[in-house]
Amino acid sequence: MARSQAGLLGGAKPRFLARVTALLGCLFLGQIAYAASPTVVRDDRGEVIALANAPQRIVTLMPALAESVCALGACNRLVGTDRFANWPASVLALPKLGGMDDVSLEALVRLKPDLVLLGRSARLLPRLVALGIPVMALEPQTQAQVQLSLQRLAVVLGLPEPDRQAAKVWQQVQAQLDQARAAMPPQAKGASVYFEAGSGGYAAGESSFIGELISALGLRNVVPAHLGPFPQLSPEWVLRSQPDLIMMGQASLDPLQRRPGWSQLAAVQQGRVCQFTPEQGDVLVRPGPRLGEAALLMAQCAQRSWKP
Amino acid sequence: MTQRTHPWRWGTAVLLLTVVCAWLGLMAGSEGLDTDWRWSDPIVQDIRWPRTLGAWLAGALLGLAGALAQGLFRNPLADPYLLGSASGAGLGVAAALAVVSWGGAVISPGVSWLQPWVWRLGLTGCAFVGAWGAVLLTLLLARGAHHSLRLLLSGVVVGVVLGALTSLLMVAVPQAWPVMQSFLLGSTAMIGMPSVVLMAWVLLPSIAVALAMARWLDGLRLGEDTARSLGLSMGLTRWVLVAVLALCTATSVAQAGLIAFVGLVAPHVVRARSALPHAVLLVRSAAMGGLLLCAADVLARACMAPRELPVGILTAVLGGGYLLWRLHQHPQRGTP
Repeated sequence: MARSQAGLLGGAKPRFLARVTALLGCLFLGQIAYAASPTVVRDDRGEVIALANAPQRIVTLMPALAESVCALGACNRLVGTDRFANWPASVLALPKLGGMDDVSLEALVRLKPDLVLLGRSARLLPRLVALGIPVMALEPQTQAQVQLSLQRLAVVLGLPEPDRQAAKVWQQVQAQLDQARAAMPPQAKGASVYFEAGSGGYAAGESSFIGELISALGLRNVVPAHLGPFPQLSPEWVLRSQPDLIMMGQASLDPLQRRPGWSQLAAVQQGRVCQFTPEQGDVLVRPGPRLGEAALLMAQCAQRSWKP
Repeated sequence: MTQRTHPWRWGTAVLLLTVVCAWLGLMAGSEGLDTDWRWSDPIVQDIRWPRTLGAWLAGALLGLAGALAQGLFRNPLADPYLLGSASGAGLGVAAALAVVSWGGAVISPGVSWLQPWVWRLGLTGCAFVGAWGAVLLTLLLARGAHHSLRLLLSGVVVGVVLGALTSLLMVAVPQAWPVMQSFLLGSTAMIGMPSVVLMAWVLLPSIAVALAMARWLDGLRLGEDTARSLGLSMGLTRWVLVAVLALCTATSVAQAGLIAFVGLVAPHVVRARSALPHAVLLVRSAAMGGLLLCAADVLARACMAPRELPVGILTAVLGGGYLLWRLHQHPQRGTP
C-alpha cells in the first residue's frame, strides 16, 4: 500500500511540476491581462474597481455622479438615482432610492445594479460591499478631482477611447469657463465675493470647487482657504469682511433685510446680491460636468451687479 | 403584584410573539408588507433576515442592560440612557467616525477584505470605551450609586455634556455629519451579518455573567448592608456588572445607533404583573427588549413605505408614551 502510494506520487511528480509551471504561467499571463484590462481603475477609497464587463445597470447616489455618467453619454445605463438627481431630465423618470442617509437598501438591491456610484462617506458603502455589489466611491472636491473622476468613470463605463471621451466633456467645461471669463465686466476684477453654499451660514471657501471658479473669474473670495471648503461662519464675520458681491440661494428662509446688520453691507445697499433659483443652485453646488455652466451663472451675476 | 405568571406560559407567549414578529420582519419590505416572499430571494436572506435578527439582538442587549442598571442601582428609572452610558457610546462612535472621515482614504486601502469586521469591532470598541467612561463619570459625580436622585441627575448631566461634545465633534469634522446623523437617529437598516454575529457573541456571555451574579442583585434589593451581611462581596461584583452594562449598551449603539427607551421599558413590562428574582427578570427583560425592538422595527419599515422611519424615533414615541401611562397609573408612588 505504502509502496503503491510512493509509486503514484513518484509517477505524478513530473506531471505535478508541469502543472505548477502551467499554473504559474497562467497566473503570470493573468497578471498581464489583468494589468492590461481596460476596466481597472481606482476609486476615491483607493480600491481597485475591476469589473468583468462594462456596467449596464448603474445606480448613482449623488446628483453630480448621475450628471457625470450622463455627460459621458451613458445615461441609458442608469437604473436608479438618489432623490435629488434632476439633470438631465431623463433621470427624473428613474426610481428614486432615497436621500443622504435614508437610501432604501432593499429597493436598491432589487434593481440588481452591476455598479453603484456613491460618495466615500456613505453609510451604505460597507453594507453594499458586504452584499457583493460592485461599488465605486467618487467624491470630487476640486476641479482637478472632477476631471479625474470623469476619466475614471469613462474607463469603468468601458467607453471606447475613454481618455478622449472624458477630455471631450472636460473641454466643454473649459470652453464655458473661458466664455464666462470673457463675459466678466471689467469693474468686477478683483472684487471680493461671499458665496453662501447652504442655508445656515455655510460659505464656500477658497479651497472648494466653487472657490476655484470664483478665483478663475478674477474675483476674490472673502473666505480664505484655511477655514476649509465649506465652513459655517457667523453673520458677524460676513459683515466684517464687507464683500463687494454676495451670491446665495433664493430659498434661504430668512429674507436678506432680516439678517442682523446686513442692511449695513455695501453689497446689499448697492444691490450687488445674486439670489439663485433652486435650479441654478443645483448647477452651482454640484461638482460635476456642469461646472462650466456654474461659471457662466456667476458671470451673469457679476454682469447684473455691475451694469454699465 | 406578587402573583407570578407560569414561567412556561410566559415563555411560550413571548416566543410565539417573537416568531410572529420575525415572520413579519421577513415580510416587511421596501413596498410595505410583501405577502409573496420566498426564503430563496436574496433580498430576504441578505437584507431582511439580518436586520430582523439584528433588531432583536440590539433590543435584547438594551433590555438586559436596562434590567442590570435598574437592579444594580436599585432604581426603576435607571437605564442605559439615563446613566449617560448611551451618550458616551454615541460619543465613542462619533470620535471613530470623525477620525476615519478625517483620515479619509489613508485608512481604508489594504484592509478591504477584513474591513467590515475591523470597522464593526473598532466602532464597538470605541463605543465601549465611551460608555464605560460615561458610567464612571456619572458614578463619580454622584459619589457612588447610593443616592438615587443624585445618580439620576448626574446621569442626565453627563448625558447632556457628552451629547454636546458629540455635536461639537460633528461641527469640527463636517464630513462625518451625514453618517453620524443616521447613528443619532437609531436605525437597523444597515445591519448585516457581521453585526448580528458580533451582537450574539456579546449577548450570550453577558447573560451568562449577569445570571451568575443574579443572586447578588437579589441580595442588593434588600439594601447594601443586608447584602453585605448575607456574605455577598460588593466591590468587584459591582464593577463587573457596570462593565457588562457598558458592553451591552456599547455593542447595541455601535450597530444600531441610539435607540431610546427599550432598555427602560422592557424590564417594566416584565415586572408589570409580578415581582421576580433577578435570574428570571434578566432573561425575560432581554427577551422582551428583543421582542419590542423587533416589533418596532417592523412598524418603522411598514408604516411609511417606501420611505423608512428611523426606528429610534418610533421607540422614543412609543416607549415614552408607555412610561407616561405607567406614571399616570401610579401617581402616588412617583415612579413607574
